[in-house]
Amino acid sequence: MSILIDENTRVIVQGITGRDGSFHARAMVADGTNVVGGVTPGKGGEKLDAVPVYNSIADCRKETPVDASVIFVPARFASAAIREAADAGIPLIICITEGVPVAEMVENYHYVQRKGLLLIGPNCPGLISPGKCKIGIMPARIHKPGSIGVISRSGTLTYEVVYNLTTAGLGQSTCIGIGGDPVIGSSFTDMLELFEADAETEAVVVIGEIGGEDEEAAAEFIRHKMTKPVVAFISGRTAPPGKRMGHAGAIISGGKGTPEAKIKAFSAAGVPVADKPDEIPGLVGKLLARE
Amino acid sequence: MKIHEYQAKELFAAYGIPVQDQAVVTEAEQAREAFNSLGDFVVIKAQVLVGGRGKAGGVKLARSADEAVEAARTILGLTIKELPVEKVMIAPAADIKKEYYMGLTLDRAHKQYILMVSKAGGVDIEELAVQRPEEILRFHINPLDGIDASALKACLEQAFETPQLLEQATDVVEKMYRLTVEKDCSLVEINPYALVDDSTLLALDAKVNFDDNALYKHPDVEAMKNPEEYSQDEIDAKEANLSFVSMDGEIGCIVNGAGLAMATMDIIKLYGGTPANFLDVGGSSNPEKVLNALRIITRNPRVKAILINIFGGITRCDDIANGILMAMKQIDISLPMVIRLIGTNEEEGRKLLADAGFEVAEQLSAAVEKVVSVA
Repeated sequence: MSILIDENTRVIVQGITGRDGSFHARAMVADGTNVVGGVTPGKGGEKLDAVPVYNSIADCRKETPVDASVIFVPARFASAAIREAADAGIPLIICITEGVPVAEMVENYHYVQRKGLLLIGPNCPGLISPGKCKIGIMPARIHKPGSIGVISRSGTLTYEVVYNLTTAGLGQSTCIGIGGDPVIGSSFTDMLELFEADAETEAVVVIGEIGGEDEEAAAEFIRHKMTKPVVAFISGRTAPPGKRMGHAGAIISGGKGTPEAKIKAFSAAGVPVADKPDEIPGLVGKLLARE
Repeated sequence: MKIHEYQAKELFAAYGIPVQDQAVVTEAEQAREAFNSLGDFVVIKAQVLVGGRGKAGGVKLARSADEAVEAARTILGLTIKELPVEKVMIAPAADIKKEYYMGLTLDRAHKQYILMVSKAGGVDIEELAVQRPEEILRFHINPLDGIDASALKACLEQAFETPQLLEQATDVVEKMYRLTVEKDCSLVEINPYALVDDSTLLALDAKVNFDDNALYKHPDVEAMKNPEEYSQDEIDAKEANLSFVSMDGEIGCIVNGAGLAMATMDIIKLYGGTPANFLDVGGSSNPEKVLNALRIITRNPRVKAILINIFGGITRCDDIANGILMAMKQIDISLPMVIRLIGTNEEEGRKLLADAGFEVAEQLSAAVEKVVSVA
């Protein structure tokens, strides 16, 4: 097993004819993902290699069932794309796009939530169940099938951690980038809950960063609800308060979102916090040996 | 994006939130005319984009035109938290009977707007939140539902005790919310929201921040931007499409991805070094970006060594290598440089750099250890 996606997941790509959309749609197909269609208004009837392009998700749904949609459209059209996917009832919506205004995301969040659907992102690398399905922009070859779940607010930092895990012989069940924005569709806690219930996942790595209090909420959840071991890493320990560190959500403001508070919360929940990404496999290995 | 108090008050006025008359001057002598038009007792306030103006001597009272000029002269000569004061705002000095706090911002955890109200106005709200959290009233607004009028009344009643004050406060909250939604504000704060006679509430200070991601919708907001919010390096980096934050250390960093860039700075610190900057070259593979990044970093006189850390996903290591080689030809870089390349096209990238005499690391920790030792 894995969480959210596997070899049977049928994926569509919103914005498939764009520069990023076409590049990553091809990469996903090459990595074995079952891409059943793409959507670009006005380009219905065209094809991207073997993948049919539709004018709308509704058109696509007439031809094939869809389990997940990944969004690559520019920021100013991202909310409309999320709404289209939600209106079509796509159970899993992944928004890669960076730069969506936060006020739009607050509305999108509740809109998707009220329809009982799951949104991941925006401003995220997507997710991968190695060897089964990749929906996103991560390099598949650094991954390896296995039993470690990975959840992260970042992109390349996740690759760094996954690379260290794989090199140490620790494969992954599913790796999810939940996104670097202040308001995102799914939280650490949402994903931890799924990993806790997943038979294949034996341990979870949480890669947090400064800003917000999602890590603190995750620590609370781990303390009370998780039986599987968790290892954490927090980036931004050297970040000055009040400055946005690349990610829109990575900012210490109003005394909230400090690395100290997050590390303290994890420590209090019995979660070891690595100082460097290359310490993570060792910490995971130690906890698994204790099980 | 942040704006000055006087700019925020202009916005308040446009939205019907009661504020005082004000004048903004950049030369001390202009305070004379401002005094004469505003009455016989005024307050002169430094306009800088940081808090703590009062403690830094940036707020003064004046009872004559001469005093006003003198106060303006003193304040215009101040530097508050490294920002020189270039403008002062002058307004009538209010006879404050009572101070409230009102702030509307985003509650990230609940994914809703949150209104915070307190009868303990005029104080630092962050300190109040830690020391006496029970004195802050909280009210959530879900944008899909809008303001629940009866719930808002129940909240505000606890702070504003007469129907007259309650009515004014309710009206102001509705306007703060409209401003927030229409202009994509990340913070609208009135502190103090002051009772200035027995029945009038006024916004005596104003703070408004905006969501950078939404600025494209609001040219009028963008026009209020103040260049001093960012360092010259940050402005140049933005033009070159780089995500950059100035720090005060010695090791210049070029990294792809914000999370990895932060982690790289943290590891530098862990090995006893200090980062000179945060820099994310982004996900694209444009060699030009590496060139621009090196240009900005090498002109910082504090920088003693450079660390380039690339984990190639979308970014191709050979493009990064080409960018470095291009930069070596176009700018004079005499600083020691440590390069770590891994991921997409790493062999090609390493070969390009090895041919030019560079040593390229594979492991992040080893690269950081090396750069700290040569800095």
